[in-house]
Amino acid sequence: MSVPVRVSEAAGFAIEVEDLAIGYHGKPALSGVTLQVPTQEIFGIIGPANSGKTSFLRAINRMDLMTAGMEVSGSVRVEGRDVRSWRNPYALRQRIGVVFPLPVGLPLTIYDNVALSSRLRGTRKKADLDVIVERCLRRAALWDEVKDRLDSLGSLLSGGQQQRLTIARALSQDPSILLLDEFSIAVDPVTTMRIEEVLAELKSEMTIVLVTNLVQQARRLASRTAFFLTGELVEVTETETMFEGGAQDPRTTAYVEGKFG
Amino acid sequence: MFEATAQNRRNRKVEGLFRLLFLWMTCMLILPVALILGVLIVRGGPAISWEFLFTQPINNMTAGGILPALVGTVWLVVVALIASVPVGVAAALYLSEYAPDNRLTRAINLAIINLAGVPSIVHALFGLGAFVIFFRFGTSILAASLTLAVMTLPVVIVATRESLQTVPLAFREACWNMGATRWQTIRKIVLPNAISGILTGVILEVSRTSGETAPIMFTGAAFFLPFLPQGVLDQTMAMSLHLFVISTQVPDVPEHMPFGVALVLISMVLAMNGISIAFRVYLRGRKKW
Repeated sequence: MSVPVRVSEAAGFAIEVEDLAIGYHGKPALSGVTLQVPTQEIFGIIGPANSGKTSFLRAINRMDLMTAGMEVSGSVRVEGRDVRSWRNPYALRQRIGVVFPLPVGLPLTIYDNVALSSRLRGTRKKADLDVIVERCLRRAALWDEVKDRLDSLGSLLSGGQQQRLTIARALSQDPSILLLDEFSIAVDPVTTMRIEEVLAELKSEMTIVLVTNLVQQARRLASRTAFFLTGELVEVTETETMFEGGAQDPRTTAYVEGKFG
Repeated sequence: MFEATAQNRRNRKVEGLFRLLFLWMTCMLILPVALILGVLIVRGGPAISWEFLFTQPINNMTAGGILPALVGTVWLVVVALIASVPVGVAAALYLSEYAPDNRLTRAINLAIINLAGVPSIVHALFGLGAFVIFFRFGTSILAASLTLAVMTLPVVIVATRESLQTVPLAFREACWNMGATRWQTIRKIVLPNAISGILTGVILEVSRTSGETAPIMFTGAAFFLPFLPQGVLDQTMAMSLHLFVISTQVPDVPEHMPFGVALVLISMVLAMNGISIAFRVYLRGRKKW
């Protein structure tokens, strides 16, 4: 695996998407998306169900390779490099942490959940793993709640704790990009706020793409926000502008004001 | 205000009727099992003794024990398992975790279903042609076990594939998204959580294998051979064939002997099933999600 040259970091874009189209078994799910995600900021994506948000995330880390019938065209560049030019998509995915709508605690202990990524990459020493596990659990604001029971099953934690566990697990990959797909759908409001605080801190270290069903969450966190609607990108705007009624498209204004969706 | 209407009463009556019907059918199901076991225990029980289990048959199999058949069956089953489990599990892993949904995969799945439907006597002839004659294993444990292995392969494949499918796709996706390869995902997440189902399939295979007669008749099981096999290229006696032989081919066998053999055989099978059930209960007790 070669160390990717961060060509476009100077240009300031972690993800550059050009004319992206995604389909499943020939049925289009998303088309004509062109946008740039600046490094080290939170980029929001809002839009009603079936607007192609999740498909967009899956194209970034090349999950189309693992999904039967998923077709991607156009170009997606991560850190300046077209994702399809990575001969080793596994290395690409290691650089990109993903958090799913429903928390997926793997059927392993809490410790093993967080240590998994490092183990997959060949870290074996217990002392090294201990450090990684504690650091990631702390950063995901979960350490204090689970430090006495690291050997219990991660899949049996409560929904909110499991979601923070998956964030810790994503952080253990030491990613430069974090993709969050409607992470708060199965999480209580208090935990949601805690996770939002975590994200605001993480912003200084990594680029975060936040797909969310809560438009106010995008407003709280994202510097810029994209609005997806029925498989097309309506617009990308500075979040404040979008919410202050400055959206370019009337549909965006209608959506963020809660008139549909 | 909460008066039952005529329709309510009719619904309740029909409900009760169907409940009774299904209960009755379930009891009917137990009946043959109980009868078989009862008859075997009553009529074969007296035959069971230390001597019966651990000595050679004598007097043209009309007296003595069944040791060579017992040991032979264990040989046949173990060698068949060694041959079929790795192949079956690997095939199931490929079909469930790797194979794209295309014409070839569908053809393979169809072949597996057809293999399961082939009568055992046809497997016997195949084994005779392939293993005994073509591969020159002769009539031997190896040839017989391979025949049994081919026959039970679909059982292993289907059981394994089904238990792999019970592991949620979300776990695999989470792993893949972390940069794990398919094999890493299988090793770390899928296999550990599917192993109980796989073992259940294996144990079912054992009980099926130990009872089969036709496939071993031409390929490795001997009519009468009062020695214990020394290796996989030896011929051997087997419980199932022994039962067939002393029931139909040998005159003057005391009546309790075939029943005794059947009782031992069925006890082996039930013990296997018991182990599989106990194992499932144990693993279900520590379910991980």
